[in-house]
Amino acid sequence: MLRRRKGSEPEKSSGGDSKDQREDESKKEKEKEKGKLKSTKKWSCIDNCCWFVGCICSIWWFLLFLFNAMPASFPQYVTEAITGPLPDPPGVKLRKEGLTVNHPVVFVPGIVTGGLELWEGHQCADGLFRKRLWGGTFGEVYKRPLCWVEHMSLDNETGLDPPGIRIRPVSGLVAADYFAPGYFVWAVLIANLARIGYEEKTMYMAAYDWRISFQNTEVRDQSLSRIKSNIELMVATNGGKKVVVIPHSMGVLYFLHFMKWVEAPAPMGGGGGSGWCAKHIKAVMNIGGPFLGVPKAVSGLFSAEAKDIAVARGIAPGFLDADVFGLQTLQHVMRMTRTWDSTMSMIPKGGDTVWGNLDWSPEAEYSCNPKKQMNNDNKTADQTEKGSLGLKNSMNYGRIISFGKDVAEAHSSRIERLDFRGAVKGKNFVNTTCRDIWTEYDDMGIGGVQAVVDYKSYTADSILDLLHFVAPKMMSRGDAHFSYGIADNLDDPKYKHYKYWSNPLETKLPNAPDMEIYSMYGVGIPTERAYVYKLTPGAECYIPFQIDTSADGSSKDTCLKGGVFSVDGDETVPVLSAGFMCAKAWRGKTRFNPSGIQTYIREYDHAPPANLLEGRGTQSGAHVDIMGNFALIEDIIRVAAGATGKDLGGESGDRVYSDIFKWSEKINLKL
Amino acid sequence: MALLRRRKASEAEKAQHSGSKSDKEIERTDEENDKNINNRKKAKKAKFEGKKKWSCLDSCCWFIGCICTVWWILLFLYNAMPASIPQYVTEAITGPLPDPPGVKLRKEGLTAKHPVVFVPGIVTGGLELWEGHQCAEGLFRKRLWGGSFGEVYKRPLCWVEHMSLNNETGLDPSGIRVRPVSGLVAADYFAAGYFVWAVLIANLARIGYEEKTMYMAAYDWRLAFQNTEARDQALSRIKSNIELMVATNGGKKAVIIPHSMGVLYFLHFMKWVEAPAPMGGGGGSDWCAKHIKAVMNIGGPLLGAPKAVPGLLSAEAKDIAAARAMAPGFLDNDLFRVQTLQHVMRMTRTWDSTMSMIPKGGDTIWGDLDWSPEESYVPRKRKQRDNDSQTAEQTDTETLDSQKKSINYGRIISFGKDVAEAPSSEIERIDFKGAVKGNNVANITSCDVWTEYHDMGIEGIKAVAEYKVYTAGSLLDLLHFVAPKMMARGDAHFSYGIADNLDDPKYEHYKYWSNPLETKLPNAPDMEIYSMYGVGIPTERAYVYKLSPYSECYIPFQIDTSADGGKEDSCLKDGVYSNDGDETVPVLSAGFMCAKGWRGKTRFNPSGIQTYIREYDHAPPATLLEGRGTQSGAHVDIMGNFALIEDIIRVAAGATGEDLGGDQVYSDIFKWSDKINLPL
Repeated sequence: MLRRRKGSEPEKSSGGDSKDQREDESKKEKEKEKGKLKSTKKWSCIDNCCWFVGCICSIWWFLLFLFNAMPASFPQYVTEAITGPLPDPPGVKLRKEGLTVNHPVVFVPGIVTGGLELWEGHQCADGLFRKRLWGGTFGEVYKRPLCWVEHMSLDNETGLDPPGIRIRPVSGLVAADYFAPGYFVWAVLIANLARIGYEEKTMYMAAYDWRISFQNTEVRDQSLSRIKSNIELMVATNGGKKVVVIPHSMGVLYFLHFMKWVEAPAPMGGGGGSGWCAKHIKAVMNIGGPFLGVPKAVSGLFSAEAKDIAVARGIAPGFLDADVFGLQTLQHVMRMTRTWDSTMSMIPKGGDTVWGNLDWSPEAEYSCNPKKQMNNDNKTADQTEKGSLGLKNSMNYGRIISFGKDVAEAHSSRIERLDFRGAVKGKNFVNTTCRDIWTEYDDMGIGGVQAVVDYKSYTADSILDLLHFVAPKMMSRGDAHFSYGIADNLDDPKYKHYKYWSNPLETKLPNAPDMEIYSMYGVGIPTERAYVYKLTPGAECYIPFQIDTSADGSSKDTCLKGGVFSVDGDETVPVLSAGFMCAKAWRGKTRFNPSGIQTYIREYDHAPPANLLEGRGTQSGAHVDIMGNFALIEDIIRVAAGATGKDLGGESGDRVYSDIFKWSEKINLKL
Repeated sequence: MALLRRRKASEAEKAQHSGSKSDKEIERTDEENDKNINNRKKAKKAKFEGKKKWSCLDSCCWFIGCICTVWWILLFLYNAMPASIPQYVTEAITGPLPDPPGVKLRKEGLTAKHPVVFVPGIVTGGLELWEGHQCAEGLFRKRLWGGSFGEVYKRPLCWVEHMSLNNETGLDPSGIRVRPVSGLVAADYFAAGYFVWAVLIANLARIGYEEKTMYMAAYDWRLAFQNTEARDQALSRIKSNIELMVATNGGKKAVIIPHSMGVLYFLHFMKWVEAPAPMGGGGGSDWCAKHIKAVMNIGGPLLGAPKAVPGLLSAEAKDIAAARAMAPGFLDNDLFRVQTLQHVMRMTRTWDSTMSMIPKGGDTIWGDLDWSPEESYVPRKRKQRDNDSQTAEQTDTETLDSQKKSINYGRIISFGKDVAEAPSSEIERIDFKGAVKGNNVANITSCDVWTEYHDMGIEGIKAVAEYKVYTAGSLLDLLHFVAPKMMARGDAHFSYGIADNLDDPKYEHYKYWSNPLETKLPNAPDMEIYSMYGVGIPTERAYVYKLSPYSECYIPFQIDTSADGGKEDSCLKDGVYSNDGDETVPVLSAGFMCAKGWRGKTRFNPSGIQTYIREYDHAPPATLLEGRGTQSGAHVDIMGNFALIEDIIRVAAGATGEDLGGDQVYSDIFKWSDKINLPL
């Protein structure tokens, strides 16, 4: 031990030296540390942010580069690897069958899907010349919403441009191929037609301003003349081959209007003569056509809401109502859409005869049983056995608007209704400060609102009176352009007026016995048919009525959900509206179809996309997504390449999944 | 150990009073130091590692992040900025801008009256893919021409393949359908931010025009004119749309505004529409009189453009030649083995429309070996231009007295500068037409790009070079010699002569319709024809050529960029003789017909259609903020010239040529036209 101590002596001395050194070192280190600490502090916040952003950017770019460098067929490989080989798109398939371009085709887009661009605007729309206000990215809606609403609105009196504003439809195939980036409308159909040889000289997009009433598109833009001229040109340059017209949604009504217009004499019509349709049109293939209107239009006009908004309100009740940002969104939307005359073309037509009355409706027995597992390859049209006729309590679909769930379900004898038509509208409405947004409700007063509620239940007929009561100015514009009745005598000269032309129940089809009319639509999706309404609690500055989202059916498979009674259809148009004309009123020689034009019903049962990679699905039956339905595209291509309805297969050309024929039978309409 | 040491320490305490403390301390600090050092070492290591990590990748990330953030902030500011700020800035710098013509004329009370039809020229119209080969997957309905041209860089060979036409028919190759874009978007912008018709459209919209009163007569500018009808029915479409617009606008006749090659296309259309049905449109002999108020040609190469010649002969124009002069190695050596020029040549030679712009009228118009109409031309010194001289004064360019030696513009192609300048008597020319084309060119393996030059052989090339000088007349023979297949297609669709007797029934064939010297104007005495073009920019007029050094795999001829005139204001630069014009079309070609060939009642204009010449003197943009300028006279930029737009709007709103002030001339076009000896 001693030795050790001794031994440590020199160690000590040397240790002392080393200590000094160490101390020096440690000092230096400390300094260094300090410096380092400083530098790390500098790095700490902003730099970390920058670093983070940089990393993300680099990775993003790298992925973007990979994405760009990736062969275009890669996603397809992936999809195929996961789901097995995809079926050929119909264009490729039919090309292999040897089909080639034959008849020129005309697309007639519907409401909402066509692009609109600015040609002249106010100060706030600076720099938007020839930019899309509708369609595309909708960037301006977020950037300058009030300016956007101002420009998209029409004049409340005339239904035409407000002074100093010119919004015009985009023309060409780009008008409606994509509604927004990545959201196709006509693009898939166009691409498939191109596969068998179609190109712009044989395809024409009949773009029109879908906000204004049909006859006004001719008055302002000469849209109908353009369509006529282009069809004539295409027939002439394609060796006299007649065109196949493919209207979608409201385009169906627009084209009905066109067919009457083009044969009517010149000042009001196009002066094409009574043989024009026979000479120029091979087939009209209506996709999801609201021939008899859609109930959705009623709720849209009545309270600017449809199921989608009603559901949103159900989920987040405070948000839309409380108007946190003081934006009064719904009011703005309502004010804008009420200036669009075209929305009135889709108010249900045919009144109680078609849509049902207080106690009866054609679809009364429909049961909203959950969708059956669909087998993917039953492409042939069997009328599926939906024999669920078991007598449940039938829905009163005829009561399109009821105030309160009890009213909607009660027997008609038990409903006490006070007539609202004579009710005095109170002009003494409390404070007018909230009137920065003008809707006609402000003129109604509490008395008027109460009177509407007291009538309790509205059928298709009385809805017209209701709309006249709550929105007299709008409806007076509408009355000049649209009609919703059923003609007793179609030869009455009054039916030569253009306001009847878009109502299939008040016009005759053209004299074109070789023409074919198809009604193609999706089925299998619950579709709005009737509504339960309530008074809005704070009825002062707000729209006084709203859908009562608390009204739900009791049983699981009920048709009442969120205040909306639903029925079979394509999510927007009920089967009845899309199919009735072709199933019954035009079938064979009837007074609506004096020349006996062949009609076909082609239904497409909805199947949601199997996986995310499929996008919006190739078997969808939804109102817009059906434009990508392979079966529908195949039908269209076959007809465009020369087939007739009989060649398409199915029972005498029909392909039916719903009860449309049964329901049509129940409608008592003189034919 | 610690205990032991402690013990030691206590012993030491006992033994030595002094220093014991220090001993302990020392020992302790020793220990601590040990620990500390270890710890510190660890920390150091960690920190070093940390520092290392930060050093490279992280710095990069940091840098990128900074840039991105700044970029986003700027982008946000840019988006949040009111749209009128650039204008404020410009005004703050340059003083108040003049109102754009549309605004100005709207204040004058002009409104939309006559429907207008735009006829775009070559190159400016968009083309999109409708059917393609495997390599063009995913490009369906995407623009191959116009827009961003992204595909040119991504898959150049695929692009060339799809843009080419069939070498025999001049139509689609099998399995490929490239079609013109339709609608105003076809040619409003050529590429993003590079306007063509957009400014004019915007100004017309200010006085109330919209799509129902404006029509873009888009056509596939690669095809021969008659083929656009055969394949796409483009002419029928134009006819139908004009008829529709006239009918829906209360019978108001259309104002046609063709640009560049569109001028020739519309000449063709006017003959086509009145010709009987199988070959023509069957509109009857008064169709033009009934439907057209005025044809306002912008920069029209009515008699062709010399630029088309080097384009066809060696796929180069001044731009490429200049690039070659600057970087001689690059284009010739083909570092990347892409053989750019050959590919371009092969592609453009399949485009029949390029042949519509070969100079027409031969030596009579363009001059022969010793004479040319513009020979006394001296480039004007650019005067300081006052901005408001919009009125038409014939500027005094009386530089006639200075008799310099005149330039032989008639020799459109000369082999060697000496030949270009020598008097004609000194040039020895050996006729090439009979020369045998050798098929024995060495190895064909290296030339994977096929151009017709490979069929010519060395003898053929020599023969061409030995003829030495080519005038407009012999140019045609030259092109027939070097590119027989192409010219065979061209001969079916175009003609370049002067008619002796316009009533000869052969002139009913469509191949004469686009040549103003072989057709009569329609019988429409109320119609007006305007020739509007820029002047004051040196424009290619004649070329000095040389043989390419290695003539095996390469195009055997190229412009001799070493040939320069001696003086500063010489017309010869980089092998190109230039003349007054709009950078592409010489004044002579754009103006002669309206200045003389059609003026008054002539045999080319039997009904005496009024013609007007409107020249726009070029002034480059004053500042960068002006972009491509509002007073430009350049071939395409003139579409943004305020004075030109104002003229067009006035006519569209109902004015006649007299209201505009008749002719507006800055160049010597009338003097030069007088020198041309053409029976009228």
